[in-house]
Amino acid sequence: MFTSPQELDLELDRDELDRFIHEVRAKYSYDFANYAQSSFKRRVAMVLKKHGIKSLNYLTDRVLADAVFFDQVLLDITVNTTEMFRDPTFWKYLRLYVLPELAKRPELAIWHAACSSGEEVLSMAILLKEEGLFDRARVYATDINHKVLKRAADGRYAARNLELFRTNYLATGAKTQLEAYYQLQGGDPVFDRGLLERVNFRPHDLALDGSFGKFDLVFCRNVMIYFNQTLQNRVFELLHDSLFLGGFLALGAKESLIWCRIADKFQTVSDHEKIYRKLRA
Amino acid sequence: MIVIGSPSGSSKPNVLGDLTEARARVQVVLIGGSAGSFSVTHRLLEQLPADYRLPVVVVLHRLKDKREGFKEALQIRTRVVVEEPDDKTLVEPGKAYIAPANYHLLFETPQQLALATTELVQFSRPSIDVLFESAADVLGPRVLAILLSGANRDGAAGMYRIGRRGGFLAVQDPADAAMPTMPQAALQLSKPTWTLPEYQLAELLCGLQA
Repeated sequence: MFTSPQELDLELDRDELDRFIHEVRAKYSYDFANYAQSSFKRRVAMVLKKHGIKSLNYLTDRVLADAVFFDQVLLDITVNTTEMFRDPTFWKYLRLYVLPELAKRPELAIWHAACSSGEEVLSMAILLKEEGLFDRARVYATDINHKVLKRAADGRYAARNLELFRTNYLATGAKTQLEAYYQLQGGDPVFDRGLLERVNFRPHDLALDGSFGKFDLVFCRNVMIYFNQTLQNRVFELLHDSLFLGGFLALGAKESLIWCRIADKFQTVSDHEKIYRKLRA
Repeated sequence: MIVIGSPSGSSKPNVLGDLTEARARVQVVLIGGSAGSFSVTHRLLEQLPADYRLPVVVVLHRLKDKREGFKEALQIRTRVVVEEPDDKTLVEPGKAYIAPANYHLLFETPQQLALATTELVQFSRPSIDVLFESAADVLGPRVLAILLSGANRDGAAGMYRIGRRGGFLAVQDPADAAMPTMPQAALQLSKPTWTLPEYQLAELLCGLQA
């Protein structure tokens, strides 16, 4: 009498989930123990559904037996949805208030933490070009997943996202049209290779790895939402360690560091755009 | 089961039935809606007293690039505090939490919300299914989920899940909804506790306070 439901069954057995997390950590050195449960369970449930796997223990067994399969699962579990110039008012704020401040420095070190498929890296490259800071920038873009880093370095995106990218870009105080920066190949926008020439893509896991340098500007937008508060505190300390005094930290629109353990070491630059500045060591 | 209510209110006890169990059990009210639901949601929120004893968590489909004005519009004449929560916000009674533009809203624990930028679900972000399924998982029978007008099928799967976990379901009567598709989709999957026109949904919400 009722049609069949399409819903996702999130009621994963706690012990089976813990085993999955434990075994993945032991074998592949990825640590999901302190990921936010709500999203993480949803990702795992989607992987089970996608592969038609009924039991989480069976998924764990397969992942342990097959590294290629694990790569695929890792891609599905980690979140890789982003867009160019997401929250245009944020980019406009960067352009108008943060970049002029950074322009006073002879060199500019930028880190995109958990850059995913690179839309934000490209967005920033365009901003740097337009504000005349491109040639003095040294950019690191890192992610947990080497497959998405490869995608980011390609600078090729799906045609269906283009309209959104263009609209977002225009709302940032754009100097031209987004078309100036890409060519269509098979309908898909492929961005100029030159935009990524200052970018060093490398793997980095915020949950396990340490700081690898000091930066003037660190992007970590819509990453913390996938972590619980234990891991958030760890990452905030890592980001703090990775900033020069007076360096800027950019979070996602609905992320905040006001309650984190080291909140008093930052000053709020823009509460609305979630831009902070390292105040003390 | 479509209940045709009369605005006279004389049939109120019969339509809503005995709310004792719902009053004892429900800790969170969820509202989901799409096309035609904004003003309904607004009027429902307007009915709540400032000291409403339950948190209300709301997903309405909205434009992803419009961050401003939505919360403010719902706050007009509304006594409970309307908030677009930051990540990991703890829910409190007497507040209504609205999913921010371009984020999914989820329950991380029975008291804590989380956000996600993961892919669209039912062509939507925020998605009603995402909120409802997460609430079913962490709150189970302690939820009342209300599904309003809409022109798509978001929410139906989440309602089903909440129903399976013993939560209370209320669906806006399709005959009363500006867009009946969404309530109808839910009715195809689940037998809700209540199928009600708007004014009786308001009575239900206020009935949980007594």
